[in-house]
Amino acid sequence: MHPYNYYAPENINDALGLLEKFGSKARCLAGGTDILVQTRGGRFELDAIIDVKNIPELTKVEWTKDHLLVGSAVPCYLLYEDEKVTSQFPGIIDAASLIGGIQIQSRASLGGNLCNASPSADGICPLIVHNTICVIAGPKGSREISVDQFCVSPGKNVLDEGEFLVSLKIPLPNSGFGAAYERFIPRNEMDIAVAAVGSSVVVDGGKITNSKIALAAVGPTPIYAEKASEFLLGKDVSEDNLDQASQIAQDSCSPITDMRGDVEFRKHLIGVLTRRTLDLALERAGGN
Amino acid sequence: MANSKKVKKIQITTTINGQEMELLIPPYISLLETLREIVGITGTKEGCNDGNCGACTVTIDRRIVDSCLVLGAEIDGKNVETIEGMATPEGLHPLQQAFLEEAALQCGICTPGFLVASKNLLDKEPNPSEGRIRHWLAGNLCRCTGYDKIVKAVQKASENS
Repeated sequence: MHPYNYYAPENINDALGLLEKFGSKARCLAGGTDILVQTRGGRFELDAIIDVKNIPELTKVEWTKDHLLVGSAVPCYLLYEDEKVTSQFPGIIDAASLIGGIQIQSRASLGGNLCNASPSADGICPLIVHNTICVIAGPKGSREISVDQFCVSPGKNVLDEGEFLVSLKIPLPNSGFGAAYERFIPRNEMDIAVAAVGSSVVVDGGKITNSKIALAAVGPTPIYAEKASEFLLGKDVSEDNLDQASQIAQDSCSPITDMRGDVEFRKHLIGVLTRRTLDLALERAGGN
Repeated sequence: MANSKKVKKIQITTTINGQEMELLIPPYISLLETLREIVGITGTKEGCNDGNCGACTVTIDRRIVDSCLVLGAEIDGKNVETIEGMATPEGLHPLQQAFLEEAALQCGICTPGFLVASKNLLDKEPNPSEGRIRHWLAGNLCRCTGYDKIVKAVQKASENS
């Protein structure tokens, strides 16, 4: 392995300075559960690892008037051991509590899961269906983008050289909002999704006034299933409508065949998981 | 560009099994390597070295982690506990005793990781259900026992403590 130096800046500006100095030879370290494996495996030849866990904005969970701000390096356990977060964001917790085992959850963060941009990432679909905004720091100042624009291809994200992810800005749920995430794995724990779905709904008077469905492990990135989501807008909560949305999600995804599952099986899973997550999201929305 | 000649060792101050120490380490080595090769305590085992098997489990500030997925540099100012900190001069920890009595090991490579993870669970939750134990230990792999004996040993230690 190529030897590298370790830096632990205490503020965003110092981190930006290091990223500028080392360019493509630097990577940020949050939980390390992906980056250290990749570096050891020779995927990068780094001169600098920049540990971002001493930067306050990246390690805190903060409630604002309209958002839950989750620092990009906040480990999963801090979310699922926080009663207020678990009660208001069960759809996010579905993912935070099943990424890896307990050891991994002590370190791994949703921000890191997002930056790693794996097609099968468990953390990304729930962020998409919660309409999460990514807060990015860079040499030209900070910018915000919608999380469904963040991943561009397997392992690649939208960050330009010198930029890093500061926090995830998740809108506080309105009344009638519910979300859920489920994945299929052949084991009970510690596995990578064969297919996975996150769904959210807003229900008002028996009608679905808003919905988002996102799919993982069935395309080059976790994807927002636009057609299936929009089909539900203004529709009654009915078996038929939920089944139709699930069918549209199933038909619109483009999985590949690999050792984890073939195209037909993955599409079938998407149909089943879409229906299940919609049911759970509706239950959490207080719809039935 | 920087090269290996420019990589300098760094100094950290850390507490390992209750003992404060200053270490001089290469900045790119893992906590696992720091423990085994710098501190010289080899109870923590290397299994997969990529975060799948849990053989290298230790605690940092009372949370279990895979020490292969932590840099040694990251434990500056932190409190680390390993398998070496488990037994006392008076005798084995109840979990270690239970592992012996229940024959919860064969080759033993995974055992330190299972013990550290199990102790961490019982410290937080003295009477976990079987399901809770199995869920908590999902990040520790054993290719010998089939897990049942390990789970039984943790249950036994839980009843005895």
